Amino acid sequence: MLAMPLLPEILLSIVGMCLLLIGAFSGNRVAKPMCYIVAFSLVGSLLVGFLSPSGAAFGGLFIADKLASFAKTLIVIGAVATVIMAAGRSVSADGVGPMRFEQPVLMLFATIGMMLMVSANDLISLYIGLELQSLSLYVLAAIRRDSLRATEAGLKYFVLGALSSGMLLYGAGLIYGYTGSTGFDAIQSGVAEMGQPSLGLVVGIVFLLAGLAFKVSAAPFHMWVPDVYEGADTPITAFFAAAPKAAALALFARVMADPLAGADQAWGQIVAVIAGLSVVIGALGALAQKNIKRLLAYSSIGHVGFALIGLAAASEAGVRGLLIYSALYLFMTLAAFACVMAMRRGGRAVETIDDLAGASRTHPWMAFGLAAVMFSMAGIPPLAGFFGKLYVLGAAVDSGLYVLAVVGVLASVVSCFYYIRIIKLMYFDEATDILDGPMPRDLGVVLAIASFVILFFIVLPGPIVSQATLAAQQLLQN
Amino acid sequence: MTVAALCFYLFASVAVVSGVMVVTARNPVHAVLFLILAFFNSAGLFVLIGAEYLAMALVVVYVGAVAVLFLFVVMMLDVNFQELRAGAARYISIGAVVGLALLAELSLVLGGAAFGDAKVMGGALPTPPADQVENVRALGQILYTDLFVLFQISGLILLVAMIGAIVLTLRSRPGVRRQRISDQLERTPEKAVEVVKVPIGGGAQ
Repeated sequence: MLAMPLLPEILLSIVGMCLLLIGAFSGNRVAKPMCYIVAFSLVGSLLVGFLSPSGAAFGGLFIADKLASFAKTLIVIGAVATVIMAAGRSVSADGVGPMRFEQPVLMLFATIGMMLMVSANDLISLYIGLELQSLSLYVLAAIRRDSLRATEAGLKYFVLGALSSGMLLYGAGLIYGYTGSTGFDAIQSGVAEMGQPSLGLVVGIVFLLAGLAFKVSAAPFHMWVPDVYEGADTPITAFFAAAPKAAALALFARVMADPLAGADQAWGQIVAVIAGLSVVIGALGALAQKNIKRLLAYSSIGHVGFALIGLAAASEAGVRGLLIYSALYLFMTLAAFACVMAMRRGGRAVETIDDLAGASRTHPWMAFGLAAVMFSMAGIPPLAGFFGKLYVLGAAVDSGLYVLAVVGVLASVVSCFYYIRIIKLMYFDEATDILDGPMPRDLGVVLAIASFVILFFIVLPGPIVSQATLAAQQLLQN
Repeated sequence: MTVAALCFYLFASVAVVSGVMVVTARNPVHAVLFLILAFFNSAGLFVLIGAEYLAMALVVVYVGAVAVLFLFVVMMLDVNFQELRAGAARYISIGAVVGLALLAELSLVLGGAAFGDAKVMGGALPTPPADQVENVRALGQILYTDLFVLFQISGLILLVAMIGAIVLTLRSRPGVRRQRISDQLERTPEKAVEVVKVPIGGGAQ
């Protein structure tokens, strides 16, 4: 049927609008149950997505293929984990008031936008999905409107995001003008017919790349990331760091490797430069950070850079590396933010890394989980992060990008410094002031599951690698 | 020279001049009025190329709503435009460099044929011939048939924008006296008027 591949998104939209009505009549006290309803319906939509047929929907505007279902699985895992963690923090410790019922609704709409954009098969549907996601995120960043930092974060994100959307649209317009269509299949054949990509197409690709690089927060379009991460409420920051990253990376891979596959000479170098800059800035920028949210922001820039190294290879192995990397990064970031949310003292959230000092004595399990995450982010074998880096760097070397691979390895060595500094603080420093009691159960469960994936990826690489391989194969075949 | 060409040059030159006046006018109200003039002339240009529906939409939406909203904002807010403009001289050099770079890129792209390079593909353009299908029908076909689902998702985006505007600005302030029509209508003489006996020399309480 015409609409069947898009059934999960349609059902979720209906759920979102119903929840909005319920919230409008019942007020903020239903915010917490609404979080659980959102999580439940997201899982349900994923199952519906697995059962509904794949293929093109609505005259080729959207497509449900292996890449879309891989990315949607990641998006739903990220969104469900962060929504549940947000439900546990429904009353803010900073005395800013209860969670507003719009928060779970906006998180749901943002997730719908992400699911739409990863299954986009047309420049217009790409833009529409991206905009639904971004607009919800702008509002979420500023939802604690009485906090100065949150308002600043929201405004900054909005202004820069609008600028990047403009660039993306301009690029899309040029690509449309020079290939004669907005559909990905027609663009692909148009580019192939052109042989050598024309100047106008190249300019279009550059603008499109700039817009997409902003959305994945790659350097040199990363200026907003630390401020937004620090300013937004921590559960919201966790949401920003998890689901939209996976969605934007999958979208990036689809746009470059599917419709613009014939122009890989044009975008390959640009993606390589963006990736190299991102890993370097991610490594150097985080060195001086005292706030753990800012530190994780710079670390996310670096990790996006690593994922893009895979894309720069412009090969099937490279796309597979990108997908595996984004999946593993999702689990690492969820575990890290579960620990950040558990950092409270006297009932108030604390955010500097010095607050973690001596945590191994008071919170042994949390310290163990966070240590595993930090080692994994630094790329120490046998943890998952090492294999993520192995896949992307291997693909880069296979494609002859030796300089980029060396830059990646060097940046990874530099970044070890600040990851391992956190472990040193937790295990070898004396606590000046201890953190609040045991970790809340919801955070503990998220941390346990994510750490399990990180620790045992070496023995059970199973579904992540096999699904990523299938998705990359299917993407590059047509 | 035909009438159409004359009209084109008239509309185009007035649009360009009023566009310049928008940024150089000293009085902000004049700037908005020049903006409206520019919109009208662009609408004229749309009519010339046979897109009369777009021309009407431009007048209704931009002149009727956006520009009038600007006028309200300019007149009601106390914004010191001289102060805003004070920093402009400092940034004009870097602005000129960026502008020149964009101009060079655009001329390379648009005049690519002159460099023996680009070929703009014209085959797959989805616009139907204007003499067979009128404007409104063509737009309707694209919006409500071909791209129907995108139209619906745009509605979702507008819903999110509405939620955002309400979340970020609506405050329930205590102690505000509101007019409640139902309370006013429910008032009866028995509730509102009290008859008291006033003793001689005592006065009402």
